[in-house]
Amino acid sequence: MQFSTFADFIAMGGHGFYVWLSYGVSITLLVLLVFLSIKKNKDIIHQIQRRQQREAKFKQAAQRQKDNFSQEVTHESTS
Amino acid sequence: MWKWLHPYANPEVSYHFAGRLIPWFSKLTFILLFIGIVWALLFVPADYQQGNSFRIFYLHVPAAILSMSIYVAMAIAALSSLVWQIKLADASAAAMAPVGAVFTAIALITGAAWGRPTWGTWWIWDARLTSELILLFLYLGVIALHNAFEDKTLSGKAAGILALVGVVNIPIIKYSVEWWNTLHQGSTVSKLGAPSMASSMYWPFLVCFIGFICFVTWIICLRFRNEILARNAMRAWVRDLVNNTEVK
Repeated sequence: MQFSTFADFIAMGGHGFYVWLSYGVSITLLVLLVFLSIKKNKDIIHQIQRRQQREAKFKQAAQRQKDNFSQEVTHESTS
Repeated sequence: MWKWLHPYANPEVSYHFAGRLIPWFSKLTFILLFIGIVWALLFVPADYQQGNSFRIFYLHVPAAILSMSIYVAMAIAALSSLVWQIKLADASAAAMAPVGAVFTAIALITGAAWGRPTWGTWWIWDARLTSELILLFLYLGVIALHNAFEDKTLSGKAAGILALVGVVNIPIIKYSVEWWNTLHQGSTVSKLGAPSMASSMYWPFLVCFIGFICFVTWIICLRFRNEILARNAMRAWVRDLVNNTEVK
């Protein structure tokens, strides 16, 4: 242990500001990178899920239209 | 001989392989960086000339070395993507760029905070500092190009070409302290076999350095998986995977 008191540790022999600035900024940037990388994973999965839901909806709508159309055609041919 | 590599060209195999690495490297990162940083801040003796500002060394040097190593790795990935059109190489290059940019920023900021008490200035336009700043801009350019087009193959090509052209900057950074008279000191730890440092200062550096390597591997695995998912969104295995995941 190089420091006898906690105040000594914070002061870093007069270089406290520079040392703590370096360590503070570096750790903040690293934590931010971890956080953003994990968040991006959730965003991508969410995006793909939404796209799939949209596709399913389109497919349903297309199917419904097709059904209606074939119904109309059969109506017309019978009348 | 190299046939065992073949399955890893499959995105699904690579996705799961990267997933298995993540818990190991994340744990190693926390353990090594905790030991390394506590050691560096509390137990390393102060430098006889620089005093306690020397403790910045344990962030600055690993970050600077990694900023260059990640760039070289990214350029190799970009080259294999451009030449052999390996899609996963493109995904890995895209995964590496932001990590490299963060390490370049850390190297520059800690360098400035170390330069102020040591040289009396935050910044000076000397060869080492300027070329490292250019490295940051190269990284930002590569990231921007990766996101420039909707078509990932096209943006990957553009970003890959910039990454390859930018490789010229790496030897300039590395040898700037020898080619020009710079305020920045020459290398201390990367001299093969004989680091010009006391071992009480060298060992904590090694712990921090390996800790940072684990961190880089961990984050690149995370981001690589993201890139694979985004590029294979229409594949059946991604659809199954996504349907079985709950997103909060």
